[in-house]
Amino acid sequence: MDMVAGKVKMTQQSVNSTMNPTDMLERAIRLTARDVTVHYGTKQALHGISIDIPDRAVTSFIGPSGCGKSTFLRCINRMNDTIEGAKVGGTIKLDGEDIYDPSLDVVELRARIGMVFQKPNPFPKSIYENVAYGPKIHGLARSKTDMDEIVVSSLRKAGLFEEVKDRLQEPGTGLSGGQQQRLCIARAIAVGPEVILMDEPCSALDPIATAIIEELIDELRENYTIVIVTHSMQQAARVSQKTAFFHLGNLIEEGVTEDIFTNPVHKQTQDYIMGRIG
Amino acid sequence: MTDMLSTTRQTAIERTKLVRAGLRRRHLNEAIFRGLGLAAIVLALGFVAILFVDIGRKGIPAFTQSNLHLTVNFDPAILDIEPAPVRADGQSDADFRAANLVWQRKVALLNWNKVIEASLRAAAPAGLEIDTRDLLTIAETDSRHVVRTLFVENPDLLGKTAEVDLLASANATNWIKGNIDRSLGDAQQQLSAPARALIDTLVDNGTISTGFAWSIFTNVDSRAAPASAGLLGAFVGTLYMMIIVIFLAVPIGVASAIYLEEFAPKSKLTDFIEVNINNLAAVPSIVFGLLGAAVFINYMHLPISAPIVGGLVLTLMTLPTIIIATRGALLGVSPALRQAALGMGASKTQMVFHHVLPVTFPSILTATILGVAHALGETAPLLLIGMKAFVAQVPATPFDQATALPVQIYLWQGNENRNFFEPRTAAAIMVLLAVMIMLNGAAIYLRSRLEKRA
Repeated sequence: MDMVAGKVKMTQQSVNSTMNPTDMLERAIRLTARDVTVHYGTKQALHGISIDIPDRAVTSFIGPSGCGKSTFLRCINRMNDTIEGAKVGGTIKLDGEDIYDPSLDVVELRARIGMVFQKPNPFPKSIYENVAYGPKIHGLARSKTDMDEIVVSSLRKAGLFEEVKDRLQEPGTGLSGGQQQRLCIARAIAVGPEVILMDEPCSALDPIATAIIEELIDELRENYTIVIVTHSMQQAARVSQKTAFFHLGNLIEEGVTEDIFTNPVHKQTQDYIMGRIG
Repeated sequence: MTDMLSTTRQTAIERTKLVRAGLRRRHLNEAIFRGLGLAAIVLALGFVAILFVDIGRKGIPAFTQSNLHLTVNFDPAILDIEPAPVRADGQSDADFRAANLVWQRKVALLNWNKVIEASLRAAAPAGLEIDTRDLLTIAETDSRHVVRTLFVENPDLLGKTAEVDLLASANATNWIKGNIDRSLGDAQQQLSAPARALIDTLVDNGTISTGFAWSIFTNVDSRAAPASAGLLGAFVGTLYMMIIVIFLAVPIGVASAIYLEEFAPKSKLTDFIEVNINNLAAVPSIVFGLLGAAVFINYMHLPISAPIVGGLVLTLMTLPTIIIATRGALLGVSPALRQAALGMGASKTQMVFHHVLPVTFPSILTATILGVAHALGETAPLLLIGMKAFVAQVPATPFDQATALPVQIYLWQGNENRNFFEPRTAAAIMVLLAVMIMLNGAAIYLRSRLEKRA
């Protein structure tokens, strides 16, 4: 079966999600990547990735360890810039604007594309300061009351406010792992980004904390474009509307989540989903 | 089936036996290693204890001092001098000052030892026969300066008496403390028999009393009067140098480390610089002294033996230590924190100053204090820039001549007078060690406090 036929079939399938696939594919495309390659020194980590990321939906990247899914995610907000010897080729456009354009300030880009990391990494400062940091450096709050409002609403959106409202001045590192990760999400939201990248956000969390984060991701989808890298296929199936499967630096297959899991086109995808590789 | 099971069982038992056989050797090795480690620590602590006991035994007595309370009579019969000039109407400033200077010169030419002698004789039992030379060995040789200075400041004292506290000579103090066996014969005593007898009498009648030797902290160095030699000049010299080191080495060192670690592109040049900084840390300190003499004194013509030059030399010496320690601390910051900051859209500078520096601040501070403490104890480079000169005044500015605490120890240790090189050296070492311990204590306190807060 070739790619085109697969895609046609995809659109005919109904998806057990709040959105049907036709809807999703017709949604505005926020991010387009074309022929993205990444070299770490002489080693090529990504071989020509091309993918569209739809607006206000969750797109998940799955694949075995070392397949390049995190590397690609880090291209989207240029975090690879910080790695010595990393070279990115191809184009990635956010709303038609090339994010690797030399005239574009990476600071501005990262204000528009937030990121949540694998291991919860709150700043060793108070909960309040953690959330207030982004708005502060980007000059988003005009007054103290403005800032208070941003902090509270961000914590609320991240579903953390009720748990921490009495200890906003306590260190963020004192929270539990799941709470820390939600604090990191609140911190990312506080800047008002359009896209949120999540790099295996639940891999360091227990199942209960994972369930809370997944629920949160599902709610955030209403307002944000979310890209999530995950090791867990169940998680990809639960939270995402679109799924892309990476293997050895190649994008093997992408499409509506339901299709990828019920009817994979490529044998490698099938093998991975069946647990034969990875 | 059972056969096979029993063979597996058999091999398992064999294997356990092998492990057990090796176990004894392993335990033995561990015991030997632990024993050696313990022995090393006990040995090291033993040496430290010997050092402290020895210094304490010699130094602590130096902190007590015998004082002479004399009623000094400014007898016009001995002091052949007219009253101090009084400013006449219409006399110009310059004229008055000149007249005053002439008078002071005359005062300086008077034989003040005679005043001391008369006072001592007055304090001695009536009718005691004692040689003037023997008598004067009881008071420290600086006594005449003390009395003269008192007179210059209060010219009205002429013809009057005043109660004056003077220092007993170091030899007298030794006799009183019993540092020298009292039963030894005259030939082995530092004081003559009449002087020794008089000292005992003066102690009995309260003219001589023993107290804390404040003079160590309030006086400057002296060459002739061991009892009055103090550390104030050296302490102030050291203080100036420390201030210079803190204000130069810390900002420059921390800034270089931040630049090299966070901003500098990794290239052959930065590698070269890094290797050189590491090598600089291992350069013998005396070489820095040579460099200081060549650059700061010969080329830049800064004053010789001044704390400014010492401070600059010590700054150069401390810089590599601070740079290496700071880079180590920066390197230890978890990449997660950096990513978190960059991911939020912080610029590199913001990442460093908002997140990385606050986390590393305690380690940088500790490294800095230890570096400064190390510089404080450094002697060799200071010798080469002339700071071993005898300086009998407190330096008013870092550009004045001065010595430093460790150099003062070196100077006293090298003095040929036993009253200098024994108690004074040990006392100075104790003061230097106290300053060091205070600095290290501050480092430990600040570190634990700041880390708790972070």
